[in-house]
Amino acid sequence: MARIAGIDLPKQKKVYIGLTYIFGIGEVTSKKILEAAKVDPEKKVAELTEKEVAEIRSIMTSNYKVEGSLRSEVQQNIKRLMDIGAYRGLRHRRGLPVRGQRTRTNARTRKGKKKTVANKKKAIK
Amino acid sequence: MPRSIKKGPYIDFKLLKKVQKLNETNQKKIIKTWSRASTISPEFVGHTIAVHNGNKMIPIYISENMVGHKLGEFSPTRIFRGHPGTKAEKASRMK
Repeated sequence: MARIAGIDLPKQKKVYIGLTYIFGIGEVTSKKILEAAKVDPEKKVAELTEKEVAEIRSIMTSNYKVEGSLRSEVQQNIKRLMDIGAYRGLRHRRGLPVRGQRTRTNARTRKGKKKTVANKKKAIK
Repeated sequence: MPRSIKKGPYIDFKLLKKVQKLNETNQKKIIKTWSRASTISPEFVGHTIAVHNGNKMIPIYISENMVGHKLGEFSPTRIFRGHPGTKAEKASRMK
C-alpha cells in the first residue's frame, strides 16, 4: 500500500496520475518528482517497491509543500489580505469574486447557488 | 500582469519625497495624496497616509504587512448599501 503525505494512492492507476491525488501536486510536479526519484511514471502504483515509495516520499517532503501545510498557507495569505483591509480582502470577506470579474451575472462559483429575490422588478418599458 | 522589475515599483515622486522628509525629521504627520497607484514601500511603514477615494480622504495607517500593495487598495471607491428597492419598495407596496 502506497501511502504518501497522508493520502492513499489509487492502486490501479499509473504513478504519475496517482500522485496528483495529493493536494498541491499536479501532473507537471508529479513527473518532476518521479524523474528525480528515478521511477518510471508509466508504472502502476501497485507495482511500486517499498524503496521507490520511500524515495518519492523523501523528495516530496524536502522540496514541496503539500496537503495540510499548503492549505494553511493559502488560508494565511487570505487572512492577511482580510486583516490589512485591502480591497481583495474585502472581496474575500463578502464571498465575491476577487479579481475584478463581473457580478451582474455569473460569479456563481463564489456566490454559491442562485438565491431568488422575491418581487424583483423587471425593467419597465 | 505585474510591472517590469527593471523599472522598479511605481511610487509618486512627490509622495516619496514627503515621506522621506518625515523620516529624516522623525515626524509623524498625515500626508494627503491622490496617488492611489503608488506602491507602498518599506519607508512608509508607521506613517498615516490619507488616500483620496474620489470623494474624500481616507486615512490609512501603514503597517508592515501592507508593503508591496498599492495605496488605492485600502481606500474603497464604492459603498455597497444593499440592493435598491429591497426595503423601500416593500414599504411602499404595503400602502
